[in-house]
Amino acid sequence: MAGISIAASQDAQTPTHTAWRALRQNRWGMVAVVFLAVMVLTAALAPLIAPHDPQAQNLLERLAPPSWAGDSDHLLGTDHLGRDVFSRLVFGSRISLLVGVSAAMLAGVIGAVVGLLAGYYGGRLDWILMRLADVQLAFPSILLALAVVAFLGSGLWIVIVVLGLTGWVSYARVVRSEVVSLKTRDFVTEARAIGVGNLTIIRRHLLPNVVAPLATIATLNVASAIVAESALSFLGLGVPTHIPTWGSMLADGQLYLGTSWWIAIFPGLALMLTSLAINITGDAIRDATDPKVYRR
Amino acid sequence: MSERSRAMVRSAASKVLSALVVMFLAATVTFLLVRISGDPLSMLLPPDATAEQADELAATLGLDQPLVVQYADYLSGLIRFDLGDSLFYNQPVSQVIADRLPATALLAVSALFIALVIAVPAGIAAAMRRGRARDKGIMTLILLGQSTPAFWVGIVLILIFAVRLQVLPASGHGTLSHLILPAVTLAVYSVAVIARLLRSSLLDVLSSDYMRTATAKGFGPTHAVVSHGLRNASLPVITVVGLETGTLLGGAILTEQVFTWPGLGRLTIEAISNRDLPLVQGTVLLFAAIFVVINLIVDVTYSAIDPRVRLEK
Repeated sequence: MAGISIAASQDAQTPTHTAWRALRQNRWGMVAVVFLAVMVLTAALAPLIAPHDPQAQNLLERLAPPSWAGDSDHLLGTDHLGRDVFSRLVFGSRISLLVGVSAAMLAGVIGAVVGLLAGYYGGRLDWILMRLADVQLAFPSILLALAVVAFLGSGLWIVIVVLGLTGWVSYARVVRSEVVSLKTRDFVTEARAIGVGNLTIIRRHLLPNVVAPLATIATLNVASAIVAESALSFLGLGVPTHIPTWGSMLADGQLYLGTSWWIAIFPGLALMLTSLAINITGDAIRDATDPKVYRR
Repeated sequence: MSERSRAMVRSAASKVLSALVVMFLAATVTFLLVRISGDPLSMLLPPDATAEQADELAATLGLDQPLVVQYADYLSGLIRFDLGDSLFYNQPVSQVIADRLPATALLAVSALFIALVIAVPAGIAAAMRRGRARDKGIMTLILLGQSTPAFWVGIVLILIFAVRLQVLPASGHGTLSHLILPAVTLAVYSVAVIARLLRSSLLDVLSSDYMRTATAKGFGPTHAVVSHGLRNASLPVITVVGLETGTLLGGAILTEQVFTWPGLGRLTIEAISNRDLPLVQGTVLLFAAIFVVINLIVDVTYSAIDPRVRLEK
């Protein structure tokens, strides 16, 4: 509340407005946002867009090339079981988005809570939480995810929870350092002086002021979670194989690179473009919301 | 001993201590992770095993002891570098790991070398033409490199160089030609991270007074950047390279899988598929230890070369 009114009085507009205006002036940022919007729509309307059942096997049409590159009526060809690559790609986007967004949200909530507590209370709690962050960083997150999946078994929700639990450190560090500088500002010390409780200060005065950096990290985190899910599925340790995912399509495709390049190339391209679009959007959000950039 | 070197030793000692705390916590997390994963006996025994056989195996593995005793045994084993025996290889875990470590070390060091050779000139070139076409081009490539997963880079390289051009092997190891594709694959992400950071770090340095003085004295821009700017801009880069060790190791797991490179990453994945818990425990801990040790070295050298950091402590 306090944070928002301070920013608003300086700009005579809400930060969201300012950020949106700055974002619209960023050409590549807009291209990326449009790409992502199309992808979200594709995922939502997958059954309407996909021309075939993504699981339907047709052994007579196995390894058929894309329709524009050979004799076939499959837009992006078929895989080693005769399944339509385009349809699997469309349905695979659902898993990527679901895992990416859910894992980033879980990591964001954990990271924000840890960062707010560590930054606001400081002292021993801060030391313990930051050592935990060090421990977390010491394990490559893909390795931790592999180990957990190996020990607990794989599954869509396990993948989401593992990626959420391993992604919180960057949120916590950024939020903590913001809070450390915010808590000495007048609106916080005054709130404390008139007897506002600690949790209320954290919720009403500190949290609104860390939303912008949280949004930037969350956006970038969606990309890394999507890539991590694909990596797990590529290794055969992610989402169960009866669900089409870009990672498992890549793994299937690698075996047929010598004859049927399209099986691996299209899911890989989809993965790369999605990750690229999210990263561009994240950079654009940061440039648009960082006061050091937009007030220049 | 001078006051200054005594302060340096003290700060190094406190860093070693905090690294040990992190290692201890990492070991505990690994222990707990393995224990909550369910009953290892049921995974090891054939389905028709008798109760006596189960008890016997539990006794051999020490699983009949209370959890606290198991934990103490585990920790005292770790101190002696005794990680137990691999269930699959019937060898000490430390031996199995030692056999595979050189392959991963070779891969990671080659990748880091390639990354530095490409990223340093790229970062300098971008910083010296800030905002111009060259800078934008390099920044686009950097963004592309950061967004592209290692296993996808590997597959594309295999398609181009092994399948189409047939100039490099797609898998195996032993010769230099086997090393090129995996090392380049693993290097891509690091190139992007290092170049991006060096660029922004150089931009900070270039706007400082002593750089303006160097240019004013008539040094050409390249000479000024290389002889004055680079030394100062490299410090934050070294720190990030340390922190990126984790990503590099994670990338190595995937790269080894794509190119069937016989290193620790493939060993970990094999161990996971074989349910070889002592081996998984060992490799996971080793990855964490490598990360902690490298960052400790980076931290200590950093404060040894940069007087500003030393004085703050």
